[in-house]
Amino acid sequence: MDLNRRDFILRSCSRFTAVWLSAHWPALLSAASHARNAAQTPAAAKLGFFTPDEAKEIDALTARIIPSDGTPGAHEAGVVYFIDRALTSFAIDDQKTYREGLPDVQARTHELYPSLDKFSAATPEQQDDILRSLDAQTTAAANRRPNRPRAAGQTFFETLRTHTVVAFLLDPDAGGDPNGVGWKVIGREREHMFQPPFGYYDKNYPGWQPANTATDKTKS
Amino acid sequence: MTPEQPKYKTSDEVDFVVVGSGAAGGIITKELSENGFRVVVLEQGPYLTEADFTHNEIKVLNEDLLTNHPKLQPNTFRKTPDEKAKPQRALVYGRLVGGTSVHFTANFWRFHEIDFVERSKVGPIAGTGFTDWPITYADLEPYYTKVEWEIGVSGLAGASPFDPPRSKPYPMPPLPTKCSGVIFEQAARKLGWHPFPAPMAILSQPRAGRSACINCGFCLAFGCEVGAKSSSLATAVRMAEKTGRCEIRPDSYVHRIELDGNGRATGAVYFDEQRNVHLQKAKAVVICANGAETPRLLLLSANKQFPNGLANSSGLVGKYLMLNSGGISMGVFDEPLNDYKGFAVSRILHDFYELDAQKVGFYGGGGMDARFDVTPINFALGSLPPGTPRWGKEFKATLAHNFTRTMEIFGHGTSLPLETNSFSLDPDLKDAWGLPALRMTYKDHPDDLKLANWLNARGLELLDAAGAKQKWNFPAQEQQFAVHLLGTCRMGNDPKTSVINSDHRTHDVKNLFLCDGSSLVTSGRGQPTMTIEALAFRAADRIRALAKRGELSS
Repeated sequence: MDLNRRDFILRSCSRFTAVWLSAHWPALLSAASHARNAAQTPAAAKLGFFTPDEAKEIDALTARIIPSDGTPGAHEAGVVYFIDRALTSFAIDDQKTYREGLPDVQARTHELYPSLDKFSAATPEQQDDILRSLDAQTTAAANRRPNRPRAAGQTFFETLRTHTVVAFLLDPDAGGDPNGVGWKVIGREREHMFQPPFGYYDKNYPGWQPANTATDKTKS
Repeated sequence: MTPEQPKYKTSDEVDFVVVGSGAAGGIITKELSENGFRVVVLEQGPYLTEADFTHNEIKVLNEDLLTNHPKLQPNTFRKTPDEKAKPQRALVYGRLVGGTSVHFTANFWRFHEIDFVERSKVGPIAGTGFTDWPITYADLEPYYTKVEWEIGVSGLAGASPFDPPRSKPYPMPPLPTKCSGVIFEQAARKLGWHPFPAPMAILSQPRAGRSACINCGFCLAFGCEVGAKSSSLATAVRMAEKTGRCEIRPDSYVHRIELDGNGRATGAVYFDEQRNVHLQKAKAVVICANGAETPRLLLLSANKQFPNGLANSSGLVGKYLMLNSGGISMGVFDEPLNDYKGFAVSRILHDFYELDAQKVGFYGGGGMDARFDVTPINFALGSLPPGTPRWGKEFKATLAHNFTRTMEIFGHGTSLPLETNSFSLDPDLKDAWGLPALRMTYKDHPDDLKLANWLNARGLELLDAAGAKQKWNFPAQEQQFAVHLLGTCRMGNDPKTSVINSDHRTHDVKNLFLCDGSSLVTSGRGQPTMTIEALAFRAADRIRALAKRGELSS
């Protein structure tokens, strides 16, 4: 079996019948490869939506959402470039959120730290303070079923947070960061097929055996 | 699309038009065409194949590659009939050849004997439409076996002491045991419960030219790229195509069933991909459009003879909607489970299938399974322990630690049939074709919520016994989003209290049949697709017998 997922996807593109699908797919792949190339050669990166100054701010913001600490973060995954492409393709509806949201971030920066006009100029600690003030929600989202709709009408920060996570964790072989930085961080192996044992707990599993009836309790 | 498919003219009166190619439509089409009938299947979605499927979460989950699209097909929601419904995405179903069976989890247990006769056993429940089925488990048993052998189900017969009787073992051994399954099995046994290998409509061995599961890890909500998931696309549709008598016509959105002056269905009216309107003539019509779109199509087909909707003399079309109650408990363990590898579920238990209402204080029952069914993005956005920061160093650290170490206990259970829970036509909102949109009205019966909380508590008990390092769940909430679409054209012997008879024939129109989740009388304990498919095999048998006796021709 051919395990080259990228070829598989690209080959399958020609078979899509739905117009909206074929319209979006190349953009998505392009966003990903753009992000990769841009991450490798930042100076030469072309931006489609953000100005270079805006991109610098978005890069700084996403780098606090998924920071580069012991392991790579949003910056190394080229998240800003993915979002830039996304905003001219599949996330085009979110342009306004970014156009209005970014000035708000700068205003909040100035409000909290009057000597600063740009988020990117703040220290990491200051940046976290600014983000905390923007992040109204404090508890983890409960809307976690995979085929449940995600909440709509999100704030700029929530949109940015979601896009950062998407850019970081989208399957690297299906439109995500081709270097797979995010998957490495969370320990998600990149192979397209797996065989048991899958993890620690099934390593020495002897296989299913009928229960020892002596230990059975009465059923509820 | 196979080359041997015939191309019927719309003016050519074929034997059957089948609306929908999903779990039920695929099987009915296969059975009818294999028995010599000429069948046209009108499927509203596109004809995608394995090569079109992808692990891209944006395409699949956010942009509805495989599912009904909220922009093209918006819907409204309200809790009770006295409210004005508001636009809000309230349901998801597969919108492509193969239907919802393409993206489902593939949990495939049979309903138990009790599911068909429970009203007689536990008595009436005030304010509900709780009633027995007109058929029993024994009537359906041969057809469950057909599903297992012809469509392909992996499992182990006799592994659960609560299993109903069966005439044949499974055709294939169970899928491998995931870490979540091992943990679940050991903890459940500590508690004296009876875990067993989950029956799954996924191949554990190559079969009928299809690959065994390769454990790629994108299963629930995704289409299988190797055809190991026993969807109608991978199985029944292709078998039907092989007969040379079946035409699958994708991108065909049926919005009216035509009747003649004698009250007989003459065919189905649909939009093609360019939104041209056609009438496909047929001797009989079988609607398998799912528990939301089947009642909607009947309501859209209202005419002089049936002003309240086709086949709706009972007034029950769209009513008694049941979604299955349930809840999820999450656990984090010390060592990696890597449960993202593979299909979702490898162990289940049925110890709580029939709870004693006197003891627990509510009607209901359920199954429990061990699973991991979230993709990396969804995991990061919604599966971290409550209180975890949503961004920053600690968010990243928790995400990095937990992704490989988390599992879920999923409890799924009964929903009581309430007449006020329904799909109907929204009076204001229209879809992209200008047709009235679906309006969902739903408020769980209090017992359904009590059951969900009860199952949640068992989930935590099990995670505790398993030594989970961290565990949590969420209190049951009233459901506002439908995946299981059940009960909306219920089966029964009395035309006043049901829409179809036990042959799946509508009481009102002799050559019109309905078969899908809408046919169910009670909800089972979740995992309805196996039963929908068994019903489809049985319905096809009944329809064939009626046709052979000449009862369908005018």
